[in-house]
Amino acid sequence: MRPVTEAELAEAVAGASGPLLVRGGGTRTLGHAVGEVLETGGLSGVELYEPGALTLVVRAGTPVAEVEAVLAGERQRLAFEVPDLRGLLGREGVSTIGGVVAANASGPRRVQVGAARDACLGARFVDGAGMVVKNGGRVMKNVTGYDLVKLMAGSRGTLGVLTEVSFKVQAIPEAEATLVIEGLGDAAGLAALRAALGSPFDVSGAARHSGRSLVRVEGMAGSVAYRVTQLRARLGGDVTVAEGAESAALWREVRDVVPMRDKPGEIWRIVTLPTAAAEIVAQLEGEALWDWGGGLIWLVLPHGKGADLAAAVAGRGHATLVKGQGGPVFPPEAPEVAALVAGLKAKFDPRGILNRGMMG
Amino acid sequence: MQMPEPDAGVLARKARIVGRLRAVLPADAVIDAPEELRVYECDALTAYRCPPLAAVLPRTTEEVSAVLRLCWEEGVPVVPRGSGTSLAGGAMPTADSVILGVARMNRVLAADYDNRFVHVEAGRTNLSVTGAVEAEGFFYAPDPSSQLACAIAGNIAMNSGGAHCLKYGVTTNNLLGVRLVTMDGTVVTLGGPWGEPAGLDLLGVVCGSEGQLGVVTEAWLRILPKPEGARPVLVGFDSNEVAGACVSDIIKAGILPVAIEFMDRPCIRATEAFAKAGYPDCEALLIIEVEGSEAEISEQLARIRQIALAHDPVEFREAEDEDQAKRIWLGRKSAFGAMGQINDYMCLDGTIPVSSLPHVLKRIGELSREFGLDVGNVFHAGDGNMHPLILFNANTPGDLEKCEAFGAEILKLCVEVGGCLTGEHGVGIEKRDLMAVQFSAADMEAQMRVKDVFDPKWLLNPAKVFPLGASAGRRAG
Ligand SMILES: Cc1cc2nc3c(=O)[nH]c(=O)nc-3n(C[C@H](O)[C@H](O)[C@H](O)COP(=O)(O)OP(=O)(O)OC[C@H]3O[C@@H](n4cnc5c(N)ncnc54)[C@H](O)[C@@H]3O)c2cc1C
Repeated sequence: MRPVTEAELAEAVAGASGPLLVRGGGTRTLGHAVGEVLETGGLSGVELYEPGALTLVVRAGTPVAEVEAVLAGERQRLAFEVPDLRGLLGREGVSTIGGVVAANASGPRRVQVGAARDACLGARFVDGAGMVVKNGGRVMKNVTGYDLVKLMAGSRGTLGVLTEVSFKVQAIPEAEATLVIEGLGDAAGLAALRAALGSPFDVSGAARHSGRSLVRVEGMAGSVAYRVTQLRARLGGDVTVAEGAESAALWREVRDVVPMRDKPGEIWRIVTLPTAAAEIVAQLEGEALWDWGGGLIWLVLPHGKGADLAAAVAGRGHATLVKGQGGPVFPPEAPEVAALVAGLKAKFDPRGILNRGMMG
Repeated sequence: MQMPEPDAGVLARKARIVGRLRAVLPADAVIDAPEELRVYECDALTAYRCPPLAAVLPRTTEEVSAVLRLCWEEGVPVVPRGSGTSLAGGAMPTADSVILGVARMNRVLAADYDNRFVHVEAGRTNLSVTGAVEAEGFFYAPDPSSQLACAIAGNIAMNSGGAHCLKYGVTTNNLLGVRLVTMDGTVVTLGGPWGEPAGLDLLGVVCGSEGQLGVVTEAWLRILPKPEGARPVLVGFDSNEVAGACVSDIIKAGILPVAIEFMDRPCIRATEAFAKAGYPDCEALLIIEVEGSEAEISEQLARIRQIALAHDPVEFREAEDEDQAKRIWLGRKSAFGAMGQINDYMCLDGTIPVSSLPHVLKRIGELSREFGLDVGNVFHAGDGNMHPLILFNANTPGDLEKCEAFGAEILKLCVEVGGCLTGEHGVGIEKRDLMAVQFSAADMEAQMRVKDVFDPKWLLNPAKVFPLGASAGRRAG
């Protein structure tokens, strides 16, 4: 099914006789859901764009590329840096903005500006019974009623089908530069990232892979130059500086997890405390790309190491299987949290038809 | 303000309920003497008062859990309370309710600079969170004007903002995790110091739920390294339109000041008379603050000056030293006090798209004449969060009602132009009956379902946020 209006979509959900598999572009779907495919790509286009207020309202099926092009026309962007995981996951298709929000997919700049959910000002969605709901709005500050926008962001279509999202967007800064630090081992290289993030120099990216640590600053040209000098003096290692397009290319690689493409084995996405980041990887002897100063680890492991990983991460974060065979994809929740989650799913999708089985 | 009839059964069982509370709490943690309960009869929305059945001040999560469990068993409504600075009546009791105050839970449990978070008990005041980490060069970003008094618990419940949230976001953007006790006494941990949830973002919906989903007892908060310095400029204009256009241009240029504050003429005049900050007598005034090193500040201010001068301001004043910076902020910070000197006031906080600013200010002026009440505007212009202060006299019969009717018109106007009823103060009881202006029945139904899951008996802060008519069936059940 491919409805082209919200009303059609609501009708399709209300009239569904069995499970539905909600699909934007299918470019970042995880888990094992089954059902008749309900595509959102027919709900496409920008509803409203006010560059002077940094707000964009867009239909959920709009391709990410289109959103980015519209924003770029006014020298603006989505601040949270949408990852393109097609290469990593071996998918084809057109990534949609609704899918990005449903997955709460956030790139390297999360350390500075927050996640996708932090940029979402409002949303419209259709719940599992076909009821149309709006929440939030298009203004920067809004505490009117409960924040269901946060609940929908990252819910992977299990509570409702997003039909429209409004975003707070960001002006593209005039300059960017990346300090590329070589000659440090993983523990020291990750400590350098934490030192950078703990400095007053407003770091907008802190990642490590292939034996190099990367620290990014963005802003006005003079300010970028100043902060590069300050950080260089503090961080140690052999530092070279990449600027402009060269810097941007380094961060596309991190954002899209390019170094992990085509590696044999399973790929895990671990969210943890930055100080635990070196140890977890050392313990499991996997190959890693660290982002968010170590708070995010993309780890390649041989099949069957899931239990070891869960033990290594226990009490200091959680791990999701993004590529591999079988096994639970999302980590189990504590029973009292699981009870709340089950309660919400039963309320928003009483027939249990939306992406059944996706999040466990 | 209509409130539900207190439950006669609960009132009749007061002695038994208080007895059970005393059995699970230390003696000094249960208050039931009428004269001592007066402290809890209202929050900062002082027009409405009602003493509770009892108040409790637990010291641990376990005590909170025991209290909630027994109130759940007894069918007693519970109203969580931080410092009682809510401007929306969020912490106002009903006669049959127990006030659960977390003020005694105020310890710092951990400060982790390497991972940039602080773990605190929820009764800790906002400013003292920064106080606990500033020696190491860090701060907690959300800074409501009430930060000396208000508690993190209330900030989380209201998703509070502050002058600097243009750059740093509001509470929800700086909250990593909570320990929450639900009405039946279950203790849950949502999120954690690493920030991102593995599954559904329950933390995201708890933040801003106005104490209706559970009692927050601990929080993990993101802390940030303090910038090297900050400096404000003051720009005066002879029209609101032009000031609004200037704000828009600054934002569009990609400069991200930490604050852009706006004051209109009535407010400028009132604060000048009161605080003598030396503000120009003009139609509209902006205070714009930028952060960074000396060089970075100069770079940003040069750009702002260029943009502002293109709008032909009547004044552009850069702070040359700490003292001048203080004077620029002085008037803004005294604005509420200054208006309070003139008369009683009601403070609204609807948000509008920045582009509608001139239209909305003009309409507020017209309404002011229609209702015969003065109004001053001072607000966070960068994010469109208005703070119209309506002056009235509480001793003049009918004035409060007139003021509320005027306020309701302004809030409807905010929604009409694409904004919302409240940007940071919350709905509470104050805006409860206006919810239908912004939301359809289905929109509210979806929100109330969340409460159904966390609090199936609707005992936690039950008469807030949703119009009484909309929640009636649930509260009765
Ligand atoms: C002079 C003044 C200036 C202000 N400036 C600002 C401002 O700039 N920005 C802004 O956003 N607000 C502002 N406020 C409003 C107010 O300070 C905030 O809403 C604040 O967050 C309330 O905190 P509190 O601890 O006083 O909460 P309370 O008033 O005690 O309670 C507020 C709400 O939180 C709930 N609650 C309290 N504790 C808990 C808990 N442990 N668990 C669950 N729910 C709980 C209550 O039930 C209630 O609904 C201002 C208020 C005043 C009086």
